[in-house]
Amino acid sequence: MSTFKRTLRDVGALGAAMVAVGASFGAISIAYGLPTWAPIAMSTVVFAGGSQFLAAGLLAAGNPIAAVLAGLLLNARHLPFGLTIASTIGGRWRDRLVGSHIMTDEAVAFALAERDPVQRRRIYWLVGTTLFITWNVGTILGVLLGGATGDPDAFGLDAAFPAALIALILPSLRDRVTRLVALAGAVIAVGLTPVLPAGLPVLCALFGLLVLLFPRRFLHGRGGAGPEPAASSADAGASTGSTGSSAATGSSAVDDAGAVTSQATAASAATGSSAATGSSAATGWSAATGWSAVAGSSAEETRC
Amino acid sequence: MLIAAIVALGVGTYIIRLSGVLLRERLELSDSLQRVLPMAAAALLTALAATAALMAGSEFAGVARPAGVLVGGLLAWRRAPFVVVVVAAAGVAALLRLAGIP
Repeated sequence: MSTFKRTLRDVGALGAAMVAVGASFGAISIAYGLPTWAPIAMSTVVFAGGSQFLAAGLLAAGNPIAAVLAGLLLNARHLPFGLTIASTIGGRWRDRLVGSHIMTDEAVAFALAERDPVQRRRIYWLVGTTLFITWNVGTILGVLLGGATGDPDAFGLDAAFPAALIALILPSLRDRVTRLVALAGAVIAVGLTPVLPAGLPVLCALFGLLVLLFPRRFLHGRGGAGPEPAASSADAGASTGSTGSSAATGSSAVDDAGAVTSQATAASAATGSSAATGSSAATGWSAATGWSAVAGSSAEETRC
Repeated sequence: MLIAAIVALGVGTYIIRLSGVLLRERLELSDSLQRVLPMAAAALLTALAATAALMAGSEFAGVARPAGVLVGGLLAWRRAPFVVVVVAAAGVAALLRLAGIP
């Protein structure tokens, strides 16, 4: 039960941040010149923060069709989320119909961080309803208070949400294969962000699943022969490599080749990952270094 | 026109969400595909966190936000409580901005 109490506290923190960001959405929409009912209607009917900000800007610019299309593109990731979380939502029609509407990145991340199916279901519904309420309360506050709510970036809230997602995803990244897939996807998304319209880069993260086509030896470290100490250094090398630093990828290739009697498969796996991440190397350098720190450390944690 | 656009976005988003939930039952997913689904979700969420942390529109997000997220990420890795992660990330970004670093 104490874990549930801790979850309550965590959800409370996220809810408080949601009120603040919702307020900024309400205030910005009014500042754009939209009528007061518009942001409130969006927060209840659409209930997807990123797409609401995007759509409000495009609606204010007099471009409703672009607002709808861009918003839908940004929300397309909810389809794979729905596939993943369907069994958590429950089998009854009422649950499916309501549970689908309260689906958010945060609710999915919170739920996936929990293994026990019963708890997972409780957490999904708790987070979903809490965020729905706080987001809408925040929107109304923002509409009422207007510019008095202040710029959420000044409070660092734009850093709070990615950090919250990272904290929620870290447990699932403890699995080595998931980590490789997720990091490859993240590098692809960051690399494509400058060149693709909003929403598409994150969808392209699904190409990270192509990592699964790599040889087993690469995916599972040293052929799954058990946790020997030698495997851990290659492990760290490979995971840093997948975040896009070509130097680190090179060293992991040498590592693998040396220890695995210079298997061609190991080498091709390493170069494959460097090719997949190469596109981002030019655009995503500071990104890659930031992330390799997180990735490397989570790799260490797995071994503890 | 405004209300039509909002309703269209709302209904479209709801259909996207619901169709994932409903498709799951209709589709006979093989074991290996079922194993891949949580990975797909993890990849999407990680990509979302990474792009939100590093990019503002199609540009880099400056220093304050990535620095805040990095501190939060490191704290999360050290198994700090979730609240600490969120508050520290926001605090670092806010303080850097207060110091004039964008």
